[in-house]
Amino acid sequence: MDLNFNQQELAFRDQVRSFLEQKLPHRLRDKMRGGMRLLKSDMDEWQGLLAAQGWLAPGWPAQYGGVEWDPVQGFIFDNECALAGAPRVAPFGVSMLGPVLIKYGTEAQRAHYLPRILDGSDFWCQGYSEPGAGSDLASLKTQALRDGDDYVVNGQKTWTTLGHFANKMFCLVRTSNEGKRQQGISFLLIDMTTPGIEVRPIITIDGNHEVNEVFFTDVRVPVTNLVGQENDGWTYAKYLLTHERTGIAGVGFAVAAMQWLKDVAARQIKAGRPLAEDPLFGARMARVEIDLENMKTTNLRVLAAVAGGGAPNAESSMLKIKGTEIRQELSSLIRRAMGPYAQPFVPEALDEGYNEPPIGQADAMPVASQYFVNRKMSIYGGSNEIQKNIIAKTILEL
Amino acid sequence: MNFEHSDSRRMLADMLGRFLNERYGFEERNRIAYSEHGYSREVWQELADLGIVSALFEESDGGLGGAGFDLAVVFEALGRALVVEPFLNVLLAGKLIARRGNDEQKRLLIQMMAGSCIPAFAHYEPEGRYDLHHVASTARATADGFVLDGHKSVVCFGDRSDVIVVSARSDGDIDAIDGVSLFVVPADIAGLHIRGYANVDGGRGAELHFDAVKVGAEHRLGALGDAHAHIEEAVAAGILALSAQSLGAMEMAKNATVDYFKTRQQFGVPIGKFQALQHRMADILLEIEQSRSAVINAANALAADRRTRERAASAAKYTLGRVGTLVAEETVQMHGGIGVTWELPLGHYAKCLTMVDHQLGDEDHHLQRFIALGRG
Repeated sequence: MDLNFNQQELAFRDQVRSFLEQKLPHRLRDKMRGGMRLLKSDMDEWQGLLAAQGWLAPGWPAQYGGVEWDPVQGFIFDNECALAGAPRVAPFGVSMLGPVLIKYGTEAQRAHYLPRILDGSDFWCQGYSEPGAGSDLASLKTQALRDGDDYVVNGQKTWTTLGHFANKMFCLVRTSNEGKRQQGISFLLIDMTTPGIEVRPIITIDGNHEVNEVFFTDVRVPVTNLVGQENDGWTYAKYLLTHERTGIAGVGFAVAAMQWLKDVAARQIKAGRPLAEDPLFGARMARVEIDLENMKTTNLRVLAAVAGGGAPNAESSMLKIKGTEIRQELSSLIRRAMGPYAQPFVPEALDEGYNEPPIGQADAMPVASQYFVNRKMSIYGGSNEIQKNIIAKTILEL
Repeated sequence: MNFEHSDSRRMLADMLGRFLNERYGFEERNRIAYSEHGYSREVWQELADLGIVSALFEESDGGLGGAGFDLAVVFEALGRALVVEPFLNVLLAGKLIARRGNDEQKRLLIQMMAGSCIPAFAHYEPEGRYDLHHVASTARATADGFVLDGHKSVVCFGDRSDVIVVSARSDGDIDAIDGVSLFVVPADIAGLHIRGYANVDGGRGAELHFDAVKVGAEHRLGALGDAHAHIEEAVAAGILALSAQSLGAMEMAKNATVDYFKTRQQFGVPIGKFQALQHRMADILLEIEQSRSAVINAANALAADRRTRERAASAAKYTLGRVGTLVAEETVQMHGGIGVTWELPLGHYAKCLTMVDHQLGDEDHHLQRFIALGRG
């Protein structure tokens, strides 16, 4: 038993650090740290830099442009990126669709789509949730009817993150109403420029546009865009969800937020002393810090199990619940720490080029709206209640 | 990074688990824990013969282990069976003797590992609650030794020990870090009055009153006045041990409740089918995994620098204190009426899980300490 990184792992961490120091543009880092809005061009810029280094899809097999990092390396990379203030890589192409195509796609699909993910030609979004199919995803109704060499798709998807940036969607559609609900679902690749697709914004509680509704009216999708077998899409959807889940706890983001919280609490003054020295606030901070210290080790234990050949199924549910609880608590404490200056909100200040002086402390502006939108964390990716159902069923066998 | 225990450590845990399964069933445990003596000398001797006591100490001290993860595997197994025998006494007193003792005193350590000497660790006092530096007891130097005066409170098996490792102040104010000294005295020394009693979760404690106890200079353990740092280090090992013990007990309480979920029927279905209960059990599972991580962190840090070690120890004790109480209360509640009966093992697990928080500092104490260590 040894919790410390070994020499190779430390050397790898140093390599990642020096890459981030040299290549992460300060402009992007400052936007991230300031809680400012990222443009598609910002995301493309960072993904291009990672792709040039060969690190955009590190988990993929080398023959498809990956570097076959083990889970520990992936964990180190994610953490270092979060600590350095690097933008998050949109997971849809690299982390979600890529592994599905590698395992279940045709050679033609792999040859066409994988390079386009790496070079940024395609920006993918995920067509899973529907207005009537949230936690109960298998009840989805968007229909794909076979017509010659095409499927004709009708229906509606929702909560489509970055759908307004995407030119492609991987989509769960119903191809059969026979038998169990899970057995009539297929996994389709859809070009977002196809006639009959309409993307409408959903404005979230922080005033931002990140998620969308997507409507399909008689959208023709070639049958060659079917992944795997018709009606077997649920299998691929589940595979996709268990993949990349060892990072689901967001430990790196939490560590970065903890540092920010300590920094804010050291600067804010209560009764003439730093807020961090207030016994009540100090106790709140210490509780989440200890929870995070424990979480780091829990995450590493799951990684070690995966590296040893296990699959992170219900364990990823544990990481998801506890990881999001910790991140939400940190977000809440940062909001509290700002005191009255959590109230002012000038949305223009979150865009590049805003030149007015800050109101109160420079980093107070976005914290309340971030706190509100971070309530999504315990809802997305399978709500925390759904994760508890999974734990009850698969670990506790109830 | 590696989360596998070494083969020898796994064998130690397996051997201990097997022994306790055969020898220390629940009925036998309760017979022992609530007996007049409070623990079983026979079981203790058998455990010592198996090398379990030696596993708490390093090879350089004549032991077979002594690392953080040795303590973790041994005490987790002890916790699963709710063992009451005086392992913690030997760990705390033994660590201090190993670190500070002269050759004569170190012979006591060999006897402890052989099972023939039971020590008590007499440090905490009625006014000091869990503060390690609060020592009101005094050690007044005389021509040929010291005179000890003071009251040591809730000393684990203080009435069943052969020797007492006791702290007393040779210098400084009551709450000063400096000026604390240690002594090893025989339990039958003149002027030591012992009032023993049973503890609520089994085993025993005692109030120790030192009333002008004359000890020779040879009873001093280590140099005068610098004991605080050594007590703190020994207590960190004790905190790890109690945390691991609590982890083992939590696992058992959780497993018992999951089994009950599958057998107890109400409204025509096993109660484990109810989502209200499933989600609470999922929470318990998560918190136990977090607790296991806290124990791993504390074990990993036991040999680290002071601040790293103490922060990890306080984080673990805080976590296990909080989660131990949660698991105790929730598993009793989810059992319903049978959970508050003497007959069912669960209630006894709940008692031990709760009372761990009353030893070596509770949840609040260690949260405050974690904060203070973060500043230093």
